Amino acid sequence: MLSFIMRRFLTAIPTLLVIVTISFFLIRLAPGGPFDLERPLEAKVMENLNRIYQLDKPLIQQYWLYLSAVMHGDFGPSFILRDFSVGELFARGLPISMTLGALAITLAILVGGTLGTIAALRQNSLADYIVTGLGAMGLTIPNFVVAPVLQIVLGLALAWLPVAGWADGSPRNLVMPVIVLALPQIAVVARMTRAAMIENLRSNHIRTLRSLGLPWHVIVTHALRGASLPVISYLGPAAAALLTGSVVVETIFGLPGIGRYFVEGALNRDYTLVMGTVVVVAVFVLIFNLVVDILYAVVDPRIRFD
Amino acid sequence: MADPVLTVRNLNVRFRTGDGILHAVKGIDLDVNAGETVAIVGESGSGKSQTMMSVMGLLASNGWAEGSVKYRGDELVGLSPDKLNRYRGSKLTMIFQEPMTSLDPLYRIGEQLALPLTTHGGLSKAEARRRAIELLELVRIPDPQRRIDSYPHEMSGGQRQRVMIAMALANNPDVLIADEPTTALDVTVQARILELLADLQKRLGMSIVFITHDLGIVRRFADRTYVMKRGEVVESGATSDIFAAPKHPYTQMLIDAEPRGTKEPAPAGSPLVLDARDVKVSFVLKSNLFGQPTHVLNAVDGVSLSVRAGETVGVVGESGSGKSTLGRAVLRLQSASGMVRFEDRNLMPLDRAGMRPLRRHLQLVFQDPFGSLSPRMTAGEIVTEGLLVHEPRISRRDRDRRAAQAFEEVRLEPGWRNRFPHEFSGGQRQRIAIARAMILHPKLVVLDEPTSALDRSVQKEIVELLRDLQKAHGLAYVFISHDLAVVRALSDEIMVMKNGKVVERGSAEEIFERPREDYTRDLIAAAFLKERGVAAPTPATLAS
Repeated sequence: MLSFIMRRFLTAIPTLLVIVTISFFLIRLAPGGPFDLERPLEAKVMENLNRIYQLDKPLIQQYWLYLSAVMHGDFGPSFILRDFSVGELFARGLPISMTLGALAITLAILVGGTLGTIAALRQNSLADYIVTGLGAMGLTIPNFVVAPVLQIVLGLALAWLPVAGWADGSPRNLVMPVIVLALPQIAVVARMTRAAMIENLRSNHIRTLRSLGLPWHVIVTHALRGASLPVISYLGPAAAALLTGSVVVETIFGLPGIGRYFVEGALNRDYTLVMGTVVVVAVFVLIFNLVVDILYAVVDPRIRFD
Repeated sequence: MADPVLTVRNLNVRFRTGDGILHAVKGIDLDVNAGETVAIVGESGSGKSQTMMSVMGLLASNGWAEGSVKYRGDELVGLSPDKLNRYRGSKLTMIFQEPMTSLDPLYRIGEQLALPLTTHGGLSKAEARRRAIELLELVRIPDPQRRIDSYPHEMSGGQRQRVMIAMALANNPDVLIADEPTTALDVTVQARILELLADLQKRLGMSIVFITHDLGIVRRFADRTYVMKRGEVVESGATSDIFAAPKHPYTQMLIDAEPRGTKEPAPAGSPLVLDARDVKVSFVLKSNLFGQPTHVLNAVDGVSLSVRAGETVGVVGESGSGKSTLGRAVLRLQSASGMVRFEDRNLMPLDRAGMRPLRRHLQLVFQDPFGSLSPRMTAGEIVTEGLLVHEPRISRRDRDRRAAQAFEEVRLEPGWRNRFPHEFSGGQRQRIAIARAMILHPKLVVLDEPTSALDRSVQKEIVELLRDLQKAHGLAYVFISHDLAVVRALSDEIMVMKNGKVVERGSAEEIFERPREDYTRDLIAAAFLKERGVAAPTPATLAS
C-alpha cells in the first residue's frame, strides 16, 4: 500500500509537468496581454512593464524561468492585482473555498446518500418518486438561479441569514453558499446511491443474508457498503472541483475564495494567476484520485496494489 | 414417517410481468418429513425453485405467494419479513445455485459466518468465531483457523459452497433447502459436495430438499421425489418407485433423456482433417519491471491431437484444465507454439489474412447460447453473416434461401429466420449457433461445451442433431465438455486433460471401461456414481 502511494506521487510529477507546460503555452496563444487596456499605454511604459515582468524575453526562456520558480514554490507576482503575489492570493482565498467545498461535499454525502438509500428501499413508492423528481430539479436548475432566490427569500423576505459576505467565516454566512454548492451534488449522489443500492439489494449475496433471517439493518449495511463504491469514484473528482471554488457562488455571495481567479485571470491575461490556478486544481485532482483509489481498496478487498 | 416438518398446501406463485401475470406455481401440495431427503425435479421454468423461494419468503419483489406453507404447524405465507426471520436462518435455511456470488465479496468469511450465530443463537463475537471455526471444520475446509479470515474471492467455487453450507447449518436447522447446489461446480467437486451433504444429514438429522434437474442426484440421494412441469406436480412418490415405473409421460421423457448409446465409428480410411502436434499455449500472469515474465501459466502444455473426417475426439477435464484453450489454439484463434496441420496445410505460419480463406472450413460453436448471438440481428442474418465474407458474390435472395436451408438442416422452422435471438429458447439458440457454423460447409467443428447450458431433454436433441450432421457431411468434431455422459454418447476417442496436459487418452470404450489414471476414475465416478449406484468416491478424493 505504501509503495503504491509512493509510486503514485512519483507519477504525479510528470503529469503535473505536462499540465503546466500545455497550459503555459495555451494561455500565451490567446491574443492580447496583461497590460493591454482599452486606452493603450504609452510605448515606454509598456516596455518597462514588460521588462519588469520579464515578458520581453523569448517565450521558451520565460517558460524555464516560470518552471524553476514553481519548483521553489514561487508562483510569481499577479499581473493585475499588482500588490499581491499569486501565492499570497491563494493563501487567503484557498482556505475559504476549501471550507465551503468541504462543507458542501459533506452535506452532499449525508443528504444525498440518505435520500438515495430511502428511495432504493422504497422503490417505486411516493418517497422514491419525490427523491427522483427532486434529484432531476437539483441537477437542472442552475445555481445562478437558486442563489438569488435563496438570497431573496432567506436573506431579504425572512431576514434569517445575511445576504452575502464572508464575515470571517461566521456560520450564518456559510449556510446559503454551502446549500447552493451542495444541491447539484446532493442530486447526483442521491441518484447514484439509489441505482447502486437497488442493484446491490437484488444481488445474490443479499439474498443469502435474507435467507439467513438477518434483520433489516444488517442487510442495509451490507448493501450500502457495496453501493458506496460507484459513489466514491464519483466523489473524488467532484470533491476536487468543489474544494477549488466556484466562480458563480463566490461572486453572487461576495466571498473572497479562489474560484473567481481562474476566470478573472484568464480574461485579464493574468498569466501567473491562471497558471497558479491550474497547478492548484491539478494538484487537488491528483490527490483526490489517489484518495479514491485508497478508499476503494479499503472498502473492496478484491482491489490489490500489485 | 408421519412427522411433517414442512407442509405445503395449494401453493400458488404469481409474478407481475410486462406481459401480464405469470402463474409460475399452480396450486401444488408437498410434504417434507423430519430427517428425509426430498427432491423436486423439473427442467428450467418448471417452478421448482420458485416453490422453495416462496417458502423462504425470497420471491422477487414482483412476485407473491398464496396458499399455505406450514412449518411444524406455524403458517409462513403472509408473514412479515420480521416474523419470518424467526424461522429463516435458524429452522429453515437455503443454499443456492451460484456459489461464486452468494457470499458478500466485501466481508471476511468469518464475519459472514458469525452473522446467523450472533443474530439467532445469541452468541458473543468471540463465541461466534470459535463456532465458525468448528463449522468450517464440519464442512471440511482445510486449515479453518486461517481460512476464517479469508475473503470469498480467495476461495474456489467448491469452497465457497462449503462456506454457504456452513452458514446454513450454523443454527442446526430442521430443513435445508438446496437449490441446484452443485450445478455450477466441476464434476469431481460436485461429488464431494453431495457426499458432504449426505454425511452431514446423517450426523445432524435435518431434512434436505434438493431442487435439481439432475436425475442422477435424485436417484442417489432422495427418499421421495416430486416431478414438476409448468408449475404443477405431475408425479410424486418414493424415488425408487418413480424410477422403476414412471407413470407420467413427462417423467418417462426426463428419465429417457439421459444421454445413452455410443457413436458409430467413422468409416475406415477417412482422410486426416486436423493434425496438431505438441501444441503449447502459455499466459504471462506477472512480469517484472522490464516486461520479462516472472509467472507463466502453461494453459496447454504439449498436447497432440488428430481428427479424421467423420470422427469425434472428446476433450474432457475440469475447468482450468486447458481444454477450451486447446480448442482455440487448433483453430488458430489463440496464439500457440507447436504444429497444426489442416488437411495438407501447415496453419502455423499463416497470419490472419492467410487464415481467412480457410476459416470457413474451421468452425467453432460456443457454450453460451445466450451470449454468443448478437441480440440486434435476426436469426437469419446471424446464420448467413459468414457468407458475406466467404461468398460475397451471392445475392441477397440466395443468402436468404441458404438461411432457410440451414434452418431446416438444424430442424428449426425456416419461417422463424426473421425473428430475433431473444424470441428463441436456449436449445433453439444453440441450433442457430450450429446452423451458423454449418452454412459454410465446414470440415472441422470445435464444439466448446455446446450442451452444458441446456436442459437434459434439450441436450439429448442437440446431441442427436450433431450426430446426424456429422454422419451426413463427414464432419470432424473436437468436442470439449466436462459432461462425461454427453462425451461418451458422441466420441470415438477421448482425451482427458488436467493442468494443460493430456493425462490419458484412448477410445471411448477404453476410457470408460478401463480407466488407468486416478483422475479419470474420479471424473467417471463423479459423473456416473449416481446412475450406477456405485459407492462413494474413494477416501483419497475426499481428502484432497
